[in-house]
Amino acid sequence: MATLESPPLGTPSAMRSAFGTVLSALILLLIGVLAFSIRLFSVIKYESVIHEFDPYFNYRVTQFLSKNGIYEFWNWFDDRTWYPLGRVIGGTVYPGLTLTAGTIWWALNAINIPLSVETVCVFTAPVFSAFASWATYLLTKEVKGSGAGLAAAALLAMVPSYISRSVAGSYDNEAVAIFALIFTFYLYIKTLNTGSLFYATLNAIAYFYMVCSWGGYTFIINLIPMHVLLCIVTGRYSPRLYIAYAPLVVLGTLLAALVPVVGFNAVLTSEHFASFLVFIIIHVVALVYYIKGILSPKMFKVAVTLVVSIGLVVCLIVVAVLVALVASSPTGGWSGRSLSLLDPTYASKYIPIIASVSEHQPPTWPSYFMDINVLAFLVPAGIIACFSPLSDASSFVVLYIVMSVYFSGVMVRLMLVLAPAACIMSGIALSQAFDVFTASIKYQLGRSANSKDDAEDNTSTNNAPKDDSSSGKTDKGEEVAKERPSKKGKKKEREPADKPSVKSKILKKRALVLPLEASIVALLLLIMLGAFYVIHCVWAAAEAYSAPSIVLTSQSRDGLHVFDDFRESYAWLSHNTDVDDKVASWWDYGYQTTAMANRTVIVDNNTWNNTHIATVGTAMSSPEKAAWEIFNSLDVKYVLVVFGGLIGYPSDDINKFLWMVRIGGGVFPHIKEADYLRDGNYRIDSEATPTMLNCLMYKLSYYRFVETDGKGYDRVRRTEIGKKNFKLTHFEEVFTSHHWMVRIYKLKPQKNRIRGRAKKLKLKTSSGLDSKPAKKNPWI
Amino acid sequence: MASRIWIFAVVVAVFLSLSSFSSAQDLQIVNAERRIDLSSHIVKAFLTLKVENIGKDPAADMLLAFPPTQIKNLAMVQALAVTGKKKKKTYLPLDVKPSEHPDAPNDAGYFLVSFASPLGPGETVTLEVLYILTHSLEPFPVEITQSESQLVYYRDSAVILSPYHIKQQTTFFKTPSTRVESFTSIEPANRAGKEIKYGPYEDRAPHSYAPVIVHFENNSPFAVVEELVREIEISHWGSLQITENYRLTHGGARHKGVFSRVEYQSRRSISGSSSFNALLAVLPPRVNSVYYRDDIGNISTSHLRTGFKKSELEFEPRYPLFGGWKATFVIGYRVPLEDYLFEAPDGRRYLNFTFGCPLVETIVNKLTLKVVLPEGSKDPSAVLPFTVNQDLQVKYSYLDIVGRTVVVLQKDNVVPTHNVPFQVYYTFKPIYMLAEPLMLVSAFFSVFVASLAYVHIDLNIVKK
Repeated sequence: MATLESPPLGTPSAMRSAFGTVLSALILLLIGVLAFSIRLFSVIKYESVIHEFDPYFNYRVTQFLSKNGIYEFWNWFDDRTWYPLGRVIGGTVYPGLTLTAGTIWWALNAINIPLSVETVCVFTAPVFSAFASWATYLLTKEVKGSGAGLAAAALLAMVPSYISRSVAGSYDNEAVAIFALIFTFYLYIKTLNTGSLFYATLNAIAYFYMVCSWGGYTFIINLIPMHVLLCIVTGRYSPRLYIAYAPLVVLGTLLAALVPVVGFNAVLTSEHFASFLVFIIIHVVALVYYIKGILSPKMFKVAVTLVVSIGLVVCLIVVAVLVALVASSPTGGWSGRSLSLLDPTYASKYIPIIASVSEHQPPTWPSYFMDINVLAFLVPAGIIACFSPLSDASSFVVLYIVMSVYFSGVMVRLMLVLAPAACIMSGIALSQAFDVFTASIKYQLGRSANSKDDAEDNTSTNNAPKDDSSSGKTDKGEEVAKERPSKKGKKKEREPADKPSVKSKILKKRALVLPLEASIVALLLLIMLGAFYVIHCVWAAAEAYSAPSIVLTSQSRDGLHVFDDFRESYAWLSHNTDVDDKVASWWDYGYQTTAMANRTVIVDNNTWNNTHIATVGTAMSSPEKAAWEIFNSLDVKYVLVVFGGLIGYPSDDINKFLWMVRIGGGVFPHIKEADYLRDGNYRIDSEATPTMLNCLMYKLSYYRFVETDGKGYDRVRRTEIGKKNFKLTHFEEVFTSHHWMVRIYKLKPQKNRIRGRAKKLKLKTSSGLDSKPAKKNPWI
Repeated sequence: MASRIWIFAVVVAVFLSLSSFSSAQDLQIVNAERRIDLSSHIVKAFLTLKVENIGKDPAADMLLAFPPTQIKNLAMVQALAVTGKKKKKTYLPLDVKPSEHPDAPNDAGYFLVSFASPLGPGETVTLEVLYILTHSLEPFPVEITQSESQLVYYRDSAVILSPYHIKQQTTFFKTPSTRVESFTSIEPANRAGKEIKYGPYEDRAPHSYAPVIVHFENNSPFAVVEELVREIEISHWGSLQITENYRLTHGGARHKGVFSRVEYQSRRSISGSSSFNALLAVLPPRVNSVYYRDDIGNISTSHLRTGFKKSELEFEPRYPLFGGWKATFVIGYRVPLEDYLFEAPDGRRYLNFTFGCPLVETIVNKLTLKVVLPEGSKDPSAVLPFTVNQDLQVKYSYLDIVGRTVVVLQKDNVVPTHNVPFQVYYTFKPIYMLAEPLMLVSAFFSVFVASLAYVHIDLNIVKK
């Protein structure tokens, strides 16, 4: 009952193994703390607040969930957005994030820790990045041992690409989805390595959680089949592969169909077809292996010809059905965003609303360096390490990195999927490099110290001088660099594993040995590389990715200046307008308006209805009267525009205006982009076209702007505005924030009819009245 | 014209009902002087009364009368007895209680002032009475644009409403500026600068009433807190955490039409003169961890000045408040416990803190003050110098099991004069302070014991 293996406990190797376990547990804990705390820059530098746009929607949904419960949440029809259409939130949202945060909130409150929903939402992302780095450890450990695992976990804890999406306050789907992604991959590899049905079931559940969390789950359901196919093609089929794959497809698809937003898409859309195809193939292969086992080789040949001919026919039929299905749906069964993955130019050609979002653009080379930094150089080494020797697991991570590199090249947002793969690869590379260098240092030192000793003594003394001799120096250096304990732990981990084989592999080891000086220099260079990575990550976390974007700051001579105009105007809307008033703005500000101002909006960041967005775009690009009519027909009472010309805030509505024109023109052809451009140039100065100078967006942005400095100098466009003094006839200014960043206008009520016109109308109606009784009379 | 008739009718009615209302007629007021300060939206009236007992029996108390329009806006009545002459004047606070008189003429309300010692026949006493009215300035015009300044009506009586005969009386109205549009003239009445003087009037019968309206400019900030919830949480680990939830509104003339930022910024003196965008809160000394935020995050416009006697928090709402605009915000701060928590001689502990609203020159329509006692406290009781609604609640905070007792004090119509100390007494055993740390310790301990057991117990059915 008590200690199982009590005899080995006393031996030094068992002690060291136990020590190694405790040490790696401690390191993992520290990595978790690091992952959490590096994401707190936003809270410390700014405040504990929800960031950007989408997180505000998620926050609002979580508030609703915590207030009304899960059943109300599934049935929630939100009438505060997409007026007058509304939106069924329960059926159109990936509920994973919301349910996770809601559960955390509920659990904390159940034990009387009264954290607010907002606090829970703000800190969900950092907590899950700690989980994600632990999941990375597990995954890499399955691939290349725990040393590589610790290195990869440490790298992932602070990779800038992931930090950009998971700082405290960045309450978005990706925050939990990356954890779910890595954990699903880990369970897949674990099942592949063990062949345990238990892990296969867990894998399906993890996949379910991923489906709940993020639309990126299609990456999993395409990557895993590809890997299975790769294994089959390269002759690596095994029953373990079958266990890892078949339950995942069956259970995973069933579970995925439970998520309302996916529903029957799990079997109907072509993103999922690859998995079914591979599902068929793996069964065919399994059958072939089975038959091969029970038949004699001669019979088997006969059977093969039979099966191949039948199988070919079946496959042809299936392919034909698939093609027919895909062809029958308008976008060929692929949703726009997925299509733009395969054909990078698709979105910008056909769907301006997707192309208008900056995170859907292809990334530039500097952004690779910014987001994954030195990992970009370590990845090739990691790939090479994965090929010696190639296993099922290592072939999976190779496939993962290849696919994610491709996808990240298509859409900058998917850099996030690349980051874990790059971390795993770099972790492997670092770990292998350290292995080689430290082993050769050890060998060289051992040889010089007691060359006359035999091999057995060699191994035992190796560890003793290591602590005080020259290699101990590098160890100290690692500890000083404080992010390096991972490598130390790795070494401790690997040594016991290597030791028994030292004697047997002594020849092989000698072949790998490098000169002492070269090893030391290489080690130092690697440590420097790591230090550079750490510095870069901390800088990125502190400076680049922590701004909440609803509060802007600028450093001036007399200290920090805060631009809090967005919240100023949302607070104004929320307290000084009627609760049922409708606010029109460009869709970027939809989520924030509903969440912070609690007012009904016409369009929001969930861009599901292109026509509706085009209507708002058309109104913004129309002259005042036409715009007033469009807005009035939508019951709009207030129009909100964002204007950066006074303080030089570049992402304002004037800079986004061409997208409004394009999206509006896409549905309403009387809006033509060429009318807003002078010789193909977009300008707002005196050279601008009359259409531009008379459109609503121009007028609402620059109304009375000239009175601020007498010239109307726009600090974003760096020019004087074209039309300076004009009056508004159908709109009136009701609020402008302190730095003019948000301007809110109210639609004027319809004017009283002029007497002359009224008389005419009266005459008309009276004549109509006269005629009516005349017609009716015969009936009386 | 209609109003004239109405006023006349009131006067007649008052006189007619006089006979039916018989109060203690054996007092008379020899001389009365009333100074009404209209410079902010909190109307302060100082009344100096010289009272003489002309009856045969000693009088223990006297009545102060208020018209029904004022009684519902009356935030506070204080009375002092003055003894001594000129420089050796001493003031003695007197007990003032609202008093019910169902047969009062025209629903007039009464307050009963008890003399320090009964007033013998023929004796006189001088009283200083202060009463404060809220919501008594009626904006007219009701809606103004950004460039207009705010004009208000103040309605009162030229003669003091009193159940006693007043031999001689004078009333002064002090307006904030010299701009007075109009005032009802009841001879002798005249205006000099910022002051309007009514009287002196001689020999007015009890319950005389002469309505007057003063129409004048008042651009002082009409900051009205519609609801204020102050929560004071006592932690015996060494601090008081105070959280104040404000729902602020501008109670003056409603804003009409456009709000132009360019005019507001460039012509500050004439544009939005009745609006306000700065508030001042007087906080206790040694205050720390001050925060100022609202539902959607921090509000970054505030300055804190700490001092030995008091701290001042100067802050701005997110946007300037024009007439009728609203804003909500939360102010929270922490003060050291030893300044406010004491041990009573009988072993109980008591909290000694300031009632009321820390914002200066602000009316609070509804103030709820919650004192959250530490978990395990018993027998709470509150001591206040005026009447409030009291209630007990239970609140669950960090890791509470039985919950914390909350003493809820609720009062309507609170003005800065209500910022006086109050006490909450309770009993508390210090051992309860250790409950939560011990709970945490045992939870961690059990986790480790469980993991220890898990590692050492072989759960396999078949021995490997």
